[in-house]
Amino acid sequence: MAKVLMKGNEAVGAAAIKAGCKYFFGYPITPQNEVPEYMSKELPKIGGSFVQAESEVAAINMVYGAAGAGVRVMTSSSSPGIALKQEGISYIAGAELPCVIVNMMRGGPGLGSIQSSQSDYFQATRGGGNGDYRTLVYAPANVQELVDYTMKAFDMADYYRNPVLVLGDGMIGQMMEPIEFKETEKMDLPEKDWATTGTKGARKPNIVNSLRLQAPELEALNQKIEAKYMEMEEKEVIYESYKLEDAEIVFVAYGTVSRITKNAIDLLEQEGIKAGLIRPITLWPFPNKAFAEIPATAKALMSVEMSQGGQMIDDVKIANEGRLPIGFYGRSGGMVPAPQAIVEAAKELLGGVK
Amino acid sequence: MLNEKVVCAGFGGQGVMSMGKLLTYAGMIEDKQVSWLPSYGPEMRGGTANCAVMVSDTLIGSPIIEKDATTVIAMNLPSLIKFEEELVPGGKLFINSSLIERKAQRDDIEVYYVPANEIAVSLGTGKAANMVMLGAYLEVTKTVKSETVIEAFKKVFGPTKAHLVPLNENALLKGAEAVK
Amino acid sequence: MAVVFNKTQGLTEKEFHYCPGCTHGIIHRITAEVLEELGVLGDAIGVAPVGCSVLAYDYFNCDMNEAAHGRAPAVATGIKRALPDKVVFTYQGDGDLASIGAAEVVHAAHRGEKITTIFVNNAIYGMTGGQMAPTTLVGQKATTAPYGRDESLCGQPLKVSEMLATINGAAFVERVAVDTPANIRKAKKAIKKAFECQLEGKGYAIVEVLSTCPTNWGMTPVDAISWLQENMMPYYPMGNLRNPWEVE
Repeated sequence: MAKVLMKGNEAVGAAAIKAGCKYFFGYPITPQNEVPEYMSKELPKIGGSFVQAESEVAAINMVYGAAGAGVRVMTSSSSPGIALKQEGISYIAGAELPCVIVNMMRGGPGLGSIQSSQSDYFQATRGGGNGDYRTLVYAPANVQELVDYTMKAFDMADYYRNPVLVLGDGMIGQMMEPIEFKETEKMDLPEKDWATTGTKGARKPNIVNSLRLQAPELEALNQKIEAKYMEMEEKEVIYESYKLEDAEIVFVAYGTVSRITKNAIDLLEQEGIKAGLIRPITLWPFPNKAFAEIPATAKALMSVEMSQGGQMIDDVKIANEGRLPIGFYGRSGGMVPAPQAIVEAAKELLGGVK
Repeated sequence: MLNEKVVCAGFGGQGVMSMGKLLTYAGMIEDKQVSWLPSYGPEMRGGTANCAVMVSDTLIGSPIIEKDATTVIAMNLPSLIKFEEELVPGGKLFINSSLIERKAQRDDIEVYYVPANEIAVSLGTGKAANMVMLGAYLEVTKTVKSETVIEAFKKVFGPTKAHLVPLNENALLKGAEAVK
Repeated sequence: MAVVFNKTQGLTEKEFHYCPGCTHGIIHRITAEVLEELGVLGDAIGVAPVGCSVLAYDYFNCDMNEAAHGRAPAVATGIKRALPDKVVFTYQGDGDLASIGAAEVVHAAHRGEKITTIFVNNAIYGMTGGQMAPTTLVGQKATTAPYGRDESLCGQPLKVSEMLATINGAAFVERVAVDTPANIRKAKKAIKKAFECQLEGKGYAIVEVLSTCPTNWGMTPVDAISWLQENMMPYYPMGNLRNPWEVE
């Protein structure tokens, strides 16, 4: 198929529709407004439904309803809006419903800024809602990956009956890059025989519910859900390793920051310093196993994030298991790390550990 | 090796976003690596707009331009003031001299003064000033062929704007002549 | 032998957990009877609230969703948009609908969602133990209004039906009570119309049902009925506020 030039936010919508999503519930917030705008234009053409909800809280609960009715459904928002959606996300996980949620992150805390940020890593990977649940989190680094992982997210959501998060940022939502919609293999997915579609008098009522008043029943539900998370940890980890061979310093960066970090790696190479990159594509489950590939030449790790003080760095510490010193470089509030600044931070870190 | 990092900047309505998009699209048609990143939000308020375009032979890392622009196309004075300093030494600065009286401040860059609005008006509409500037830019840098930009124009704007193709072809041509 | 009474097919065999004298049971039954009589039980998808009727999903003999507190109209919107040919209803109490879910119900009505809401108003939070609701009467005691509702601090009780009746998307709005057999019959009639409103695609429909809470009111069931009649009915007048079939 021919390549087309598309804005990230529109590409997400096109990818969702390509994946069979006909229902979208959202609320305006910068920098993701092109997603609901695109869906409001396209969904009526294919017999689907778009609702601009009264709030993010309502939008995610509409998603809960539509997902419970057995259809492929998506919502999108940006950081503070995703915070409001946490209630629904927890319920969706508890009721074991599939859906796709897109977060084009902006700076925080609070109303923050509308520029790119990665300060919702905790919110995405630790669960901003209540209870023992996880969401599969994809962090695409370019618009093509945004398309590919949005499409994959629908299959994964259906397969695991769990919300799947696509975590981008303002930059990837706003930028245009060439993309193609690749034909992917159809996944073998189970029937949605649990959906509330009306009994037609032919079966017992289905109930979509996260309430378990009896403690042993809730524990049993949690154990069942945990088993899915263990399966995800085993099967769904995706990452990229870049120029790890002989690396003295190994960066860990995801999403748009990983692109900038690759520029920094090239600059370091010009100065004769070998640097590599571990790029988590699934943030949860985190690619702990990638850290086994770190060569003996490595003297230090450095987490690079658009976050003040770092959030992913906690996972880097866990994966590192105390082996190497870990540095951090980050900008926040909508400020974007510059390649040269990453280079300087890396040299300083290496100087300190020599 | 091609590694163009272009800032297109001007007032809203001067077509700086479209100029960037057409360059990006043309790069894609010519199988180059491309990205287009707009300014958005409050930055856009108050009438100025800009976008960062990358056209490269190799994979694009950061889509952001920060003190490493190879080219700046300034359609109005605020854009010149803001982006001249973003150029690398040896970078190219295209100034819309119809609207900007000031000269470039740096002497380590190549500067081209193009009376884009006057040329566009002579072609029948001031709206084509962006294409005049793009024509000038392409003549100097040869980033993509101007025919490819026209092909991109047809794809982006479709049959309803097909009648504007000759005007745009002319604008690209006149822009190129202005810097020959 | 002739059968003179059969329990409706609209309810499951599950025994209600409601307190003695609580009117939820009656409202469940008449709602279920309406679904059965309209022949839509197999197409019905209900949304249960948070509150005393949180377990309604165990009682209605149709597909059910359990919503987060107040979000039932949003959940029902999602279901109805996905399955526009199905019969979708929410069953909500006054804390759920009039307080935490005020935005959701207003906007479901505002969009004219083709769903039906059964709104049980007993002027108190039942499940959590008798706290003040937006519908609690001035002077009425609640565990979070131990001196009685103070109008100067808490305002006057919210008249949900009157408020929703100002919204054009709310095609059918009626307030009923279940204090007497005659009123129960009227209530059932209103609920039937509210579902017919949905079946005919007229818009959003809501029936507010004045109900008792003997446990949290601290009264016997009989006294609670009298209290409802003497205190709630004057403030919350019964009757139809919007009707899509009315000749204009």
